[in-house]
Amino acid sequence: MSTRTSVVVTGLGVASPNGLGARDHWEATRGGASGIGRLTRFDPSGYPAKLAGEISGFNAEEHLPSRLIPQTDRMTRIALAAADWALADAGVRPDELAGFDMGVVTASASGGFEFGQNELRNLWSQGSQYVSAYQSFAWFYAVNSGQISIRNGMKGPSGVIVSDQAGGLDAVAQARRQIRKGSRLIVSGGVDASLCPWGWVAQLASGRLSTSEEPGRAYLPFDRDAQGHVPGEGGAILILEDAEAAGERGARSYGEVAGYGATFDPRPGSGRPPALRKAVELALADAAVDPSDIDVVFADAAADPELDRAEADALVAVFGPRGVPVSVPKTMTGRLYSGAAPLDLATALLALRDGVIPAAVNVRLSPDYDLDLVVERSRNAVLRTALVLARGHGGFNSAVVLRAPASSGPRH
Amino acid sequence: MSAELFTLADLKQILLEAAGVEEGIDFDGDVLDTEFEALGYESLALLETGGRIERAYGIDLDDDVLTNAVTPRALIGIVNELLTVSRTA
Repeated sequence: MSTRTSVVVTGLGVASPNGLGARDHWEATRGGASGIGRLTRFDPSGYPAKLAGEISGFNAEEHLPSRLIPQTDRMTRIALAAADWALADAGVRPDELAGFDMGVVTASASGGFEFGQNELRNLWSQGSQYVSAYQSFAWFYAVNSGQISIRNGMKGPSGVIVSDQAGGLDAVAQARRQIRKGSRLIVSGGVDASLCPWGWVAQLASGRLSTSEEPGRAYLPFDRDAQGHVPGEGGAILILEDAEAAGERGARSYGEVAGYGATFDPRPGSGRPPALRKAVELALADAAVDPSDIDVVFADAAADPELDRAEADALVAVFGPRGVPVSVPKTMTGRLYSGAAPLDLATALLALRDGVIPAAVNVRLSPDYDLDLVVERSRNAVLRTALVLARGHGGFNSAVVLRAPASSGPRH
Repeated sequence: MSAELFTLADLKQILLEAAGVEEGIDFDGDVLDTEFEALGYESLALLETGGRIERAYGIDLDDDVLTNAVTPRALIGIVNELLTVSRTA
């Protein structure tokens, strides 16, 4: 197994509630600037939850040809733009590569809710002949992968992973598998954007949304006042490449996807422990690193007392009490479903590059958790290896280990 | 017969709303006899366009109309035939 192909991230495309583009997102994140506020995309006054992490300043017409506008949901428009940015960041021109050497594997949790809501409204208010022909695919989980594939002529192995928030890591792992099977480049990551009334009630049904109306008090993972999460929109698209091929073309690497583990929780009431710890251990083993090699953990951070407890227990079991700095940049964006973990991967890679651990803003760590949670402001540290965690509703647990490029030295 | 009830300008407007314009296509040029495929419209774009024509003009287009009418001129001709029939009926 020692000959397994190394897979590196060479391009980042970020669309986050606290910054459009990797640079703006990272500046906001290291500075502790939150993108959470009262919903503006629709009037939330009739709903129990009223806050969200909305992307501001994204005008699809500025980024996409008019052919794509009538046939795309907001999440797909953002994903297409983010893919363009990621490819440009990687210095990849898809038309210069063979189509079958490139694939697209993204995660999705919602599909195109806003598009679907509009077409359902047309159906019930005007009749079936008023439903867009594009509804046939615009709502669909796989549509972001499909549209990125079509736009960029990527005909290699492609697909979509649907495992709620864990899917963002599962997709990257699948991308890595495809590269190890011979693909030259896979576009991966995920973008969700379902901040419309239909998407909102679907999220409310989870019972996990914060109903606080104070942006600074609404999403407080590992805090005694934790009362659920704030949903957000956006995510990140990553360009993954065979490290050797990337090196040959002189590409810059943000870091290696060095390890991955995924588990599923036992059924409720079984008495067996949750399986997040096992996912972490599998990822560390896959990366051939010890817990002491991990310099920072990007937590899933559900902000649900029971789920926070399970995550804190897993981290203490693997790393020891306060054994590793824990970062929650999600506190500045809300939880982005399939976009959350790709955004955390992008943020973690930038953290490795700059030696900065973003803070969990607004959080006062509960004494119930023996974690070294980075709060209030970001922390400088020499970072070589990061662990990113993501859990999905219903029992999905995934973990990815990222390793800084060998050539980059510590910045501090 | 009298002036056309459905013109190229009408079709262009509906195409624009239904499917946008392919990059690099001069939509204001002489496209009357250019095949839809060459204009960048695949079958789904034409299905959406056909649906919008049906709604706007209160006619029914058979499924094979959109596959057989491969140019704007052909489609405009069929729509006008149907409109003439519905006017005189």
